[in-house]
Amino acid sequence: MTYTVQKKVIITLFLCVPLLLLLVFGYLPILNMIGYSFTRWDGLGKKEWVGLANYLELFTRVENFRVFFVSIYYFVGAFIQLALALFFATLLNFPIKGQNLFKGILFFPNLINGVAIGFIFLYFFRDTGTLNTFLRFLGFKGQILWLTDPRVINYSLAATSIWRYMGFNMVMFLGAFQSISQEIYEAAALDGAERWNLFRYIMFPIIKPVVKLNLILSIKGALSVFEIPYIMTGGGNGSSTFVIRTIDTAFKFNKIGLASAMAVVLTIIILLITAIQEKMFKEERYL
Amino acid sequence: MTIKERDFFFRLAQYFVLGLAAFITLLPIIVVFLGAFKTNQEFATTGPFELPHSFLYLENFKVAIQQGNMLLGFWNTLVLLVFSSIGTVLTGTMTAYVLHRFDFTLKNFIRLLFLWITLIPNVTAQVATFQIVQRLGLYNTRLAGIILSMGTDIIGVYIYLQFLDSISRSLDESALIDGASFWTIYRKIILPLLKPATVTVLIIKCIGLYNDFYMPFLYMPKQSLRVISTVLFTFKGPYGARWEVICAGVMLALLPTFIVFVTMQKRIYNGLVQGAVKE
Repeated sequence: MTYTVQKKVIITLFLCVPLLLLLVFGYLPILNMIGYSFTRWDGLGKKEWVGLANYLELFTRVENFRVFFVSIYYFVGAFIQLALALFFATLLNFPIKGQNLFKGILFFPNLINGVAIGFIFLYFFRDTGTLNTFLRFLGFKGQILWLTDPRVINYSLAATSIWRYMGFNMVMFLGAFQSISQEIYEAAALDGAERWNLFRYIMFPIIKPVVKLNLILSIKGALSVFEIPYIMTGGGNGSSTFVIRTIDTAFKFNKIGLASAMAVVLTIIILLITAIQEKMFKEERYL
Repeated sequence: MTIKERDFFFRLAQYFVLGLAAFITLLPIIVVFLGAFKTNQEFATTGPFELPHSFLYLENFKVAIQQGNMLLGFWNTLVLLVFSSIGTVLTGTMTAYVLHRFDFTLKNFIRLLFLWITLIPNVTAQVATFQIVQRLGLYNTRLAGIILSMGTDIIGVYIYLQFLDSISRSLDESALIDGASFWTIYRKIILPLLKPATVTVLIIKCIGLYNDFYMPFLYMPKQSLRVISTVLFTFKGPYGARWEVICAGVMLALLPTFIVFVTMQKRIYNGLVQGAVKE
């Protein structure tokens, strides 16, 4: 075989399967989703064309929007998470014995199975669970219903989310810090007062873009929160998020058309945020 | 205060704060660990911080494994991991090789196709993916989990493409001069040299799949196909009142993760951070 023929053969053979998978399971669903969003359909029977009715219903019913407010808890949570990550990364970055152990412990929750995390925190927040027992030990009399009281449930869930993801941001920040020469830290360690200046003028500027990127990612994350509340509360007691509502609309209430419209709206919002992110970070992307 | 004293206090504070943070992080897991060794009676009468009567009481683990079907869950997860990993490495290396080493008409468009898909929120797209999976007859088959994890999760392509930058083209060229075919170059040069990248891809893939809940929940609800996530999720029903069994199940699900983390710590940090930067 000549190399020209060979080249054609290898391109076709190597790309056909991955590309087919990408089109069938990646892009076709998105096209279908847009199509479904203009219909009323239960997923089995005949599709009925309804034009923009699903979008109208989506934008005129308050309940569909209330779930967006739940995202605010997670968004604020993400801020706290990033601040904590930055704080611990900074502390870990100054010479300390057992650095790896501390880093490992703070990072470990990130690797844990989502369902296991769900149970761990159902147990933690249970009425007679870890947290309330601890509070009673501190002398606190009342009993807070962390996962049933609609006024506190989203705080509990957002806190769970911080516990799960903080270590990941921390490791990212730590990685960025480590691109600074180690000698600088050692010199600064001789004089305590130098540490603040070191953070302020050398370490912080270096990770500022990383922090900024993480902030934007956390807006997207807050809008698409799903797993933790779905596993722990099923979205009950005022903890439902937009994605949970979308999934329930599709698979619990069999309103594929309306659910598709919701998915389309979320996708557009996420794409808009991505566009802003691209504008802010004009660095080269790989692909 | 002298400089030395200030330094001492800084270090003290450093240890105290980090120690406290580590304790708070571990506490929710430790109480579950303690609970896993308590009898039903004990569980009802003791507080979460109290030590179990004996750490040799393994009845809860037995119930979780035998009645809770956790062994089956581990087996199904393993099958999924093995086939998805092989599939991801093959499709990832092949795609990256072609996209990196050849020039052809639609190349840039295809690269963009692989990029754009990562921008779409994955869970909501299932609203429409479900119909396709069902129409192809994949619903409630192992193939659903394997194919979906290969087809839409393209993190492998990213990592391989990046790694190929560091593999000199002169290697390909000298092999070409020796008369090797492109297949031979892929098989004998590129694939072996991509090994470090493959380790990264496998780590990200396996951790992601082991922890994935929604895909298997949606596409493989059949009892015989349940993976560790979905098996554990079913504990919510029958063992709702038996927290000691749930605790044991959680600890069992945690065990592989813990072992893998302790043995491959460095690679996991590198792999996951590398994977995230691409998002």
